Amino acid sequence: MSTVTTDICIIGAGPVGLFAVFEAGLLKMRCHVVDALPQVGGQLSEIYPKKPIYDIPGFPSILAGELIKNQMEQIAPFHPTFTLGERVEDLEKLEDGSFRLVTSENTEIYCKVVVIAGGLGSFEPRKPAIDNLAHYEGGKGVNYMILDPEFYRDKRVVLAGGGDSALDWAIFLADVAKELTLVHRGTTFRGAPESAARVASLAEEGHMRLLLKSNVTEVHGDGKLESVTLVPDGSEAYQIETDYFIPLFGLVPKLGPLENWGLELEKSAIVVNTVDYSTNIPGIYAIGDINTYPGKLKLILCGYHEAALMAQSAYSFIYPDKKFVLKYTTVNGVPTL
Amino acid sequence: MQEDITVYVENAAGERVAVPVPTDMGLSLMEALKANEFDILATCGGMALCATCHVELVEAPELPEPSDDELYMLENLPNLRDGSRLSCQIKITPELDGTVLRLMSDH
Repeated sequence: MSTVTTDICIIGAGPVGLFAVFEAGLLKMRCHVVDALPQVGGQLSEIYPKKPIYDIPGFPSILAGELIKNQMEQIAPFHPTFTLGERVEDLEKLEDGSFRLVTSENTEIYCKVVVIAGGLGSFEPRKPAIDNLAHYEGGKGVNYMILDPEFYRDKRVVLAGGGDSALDWAIFLADVAKELTLVHRGTTFRGAPESAARVASLAEEGHMRLLLKSNVTEVHGDGKLESVTLVPDGSEAYQIETDYFIPLFGLVPKLGPLENWGLELEKSAIVVNTVDYSTNIPGIYAIGDINTYPGKLKLILCGYHEAALMAQSAYSFIYPDKKFVLKYTTVNGVPTL
Repeated sequence: MQEDITVYVENAAGERVAVPVPTDMGLSLMEALKANEFDILATCGGMALCATCHVELVEAPELPEPSDDELYMLENLPNLRDGSRLSCQIKITPELDGTVLRLMSDH
């Protein structure tokens, strides 16, 4: 467990979070940046590093990956620090008005200001709409990810889903589980023909049960999962006994833990005051795609603007007695920290 | 300037709401639905990443096949239907005139 102390903790290492380091750095505020992904750049690095972007002022065209590389160079003089591959789970406001953040790997970050530049949010498993599903989460029979397949050795397992991961795990667990059932709403697996063929033959040979055009609609059990209800298209529901139910419906961007921090939200976005992009909690700001306000445009360049206004407000928040003076980089150059 | 086409959004009660859509703005179906203030999030902005613009095409012309990215998302959806598509991946063209769809996002 490591501990970091800084002026500003920026959640999200996308283009807007990185530019916030620059704007804060001009005002000599130190930044620590946390991102759930293992590399900086957010969606630009993870999803479309080779796609050109045409609306960055001064760049007729720039590849997303190049933009991030340039931004890292631009903030290097400010020596930002990073915690990557960890998600911020908890936020606590301390008595003196500063904050304590804790990540998924128990890294502790103490800071005076929190800037949420979380973009789409973090990617989490998509959960099917089944009543009581949450009752069996956390070791009671319902899992959304397979961390260690050995865990399911000689157990009864029901998988649901039609994507690559459902097929791949079905093939793997067919040998491991005592009894394996794959439930898929459709009749075909369009994504991966080889895996689909393998699953079909495993089912024919009796190594697993393949239930097409079927849906898991209910989960049952006293404190621990015992059975699930299956409804095949156009026929009657029935129950099968199982130890585990693992819905594998891919990942979906979610706000994640920050939903529980007391921030005012609207349609999965954080409501901010456009004077300085502050949230309803003093000392917490939200910039870029994750915020919302009348007239909001989800553009990188709008996020940059928001970062600049946020930084001057954060400065006044951290140093209420100092007067804020706008300094131009052309006049002063880029200061270092 | 080309004329608008009309697509119809069918609600749970089976009623169809006519939505006029311009064909000369290079819109996707998702953008057209959002512009008409239908309740879809379109979190990812059109990159076939979040499936919050999932629609079921009830009546539609033959469309280009979904891309691998779109197929991957569709296969993962618990509420997948035969006519399921991500509306962000459908370009508005004059041929779409008269298309009927249902909104399938489950937020």
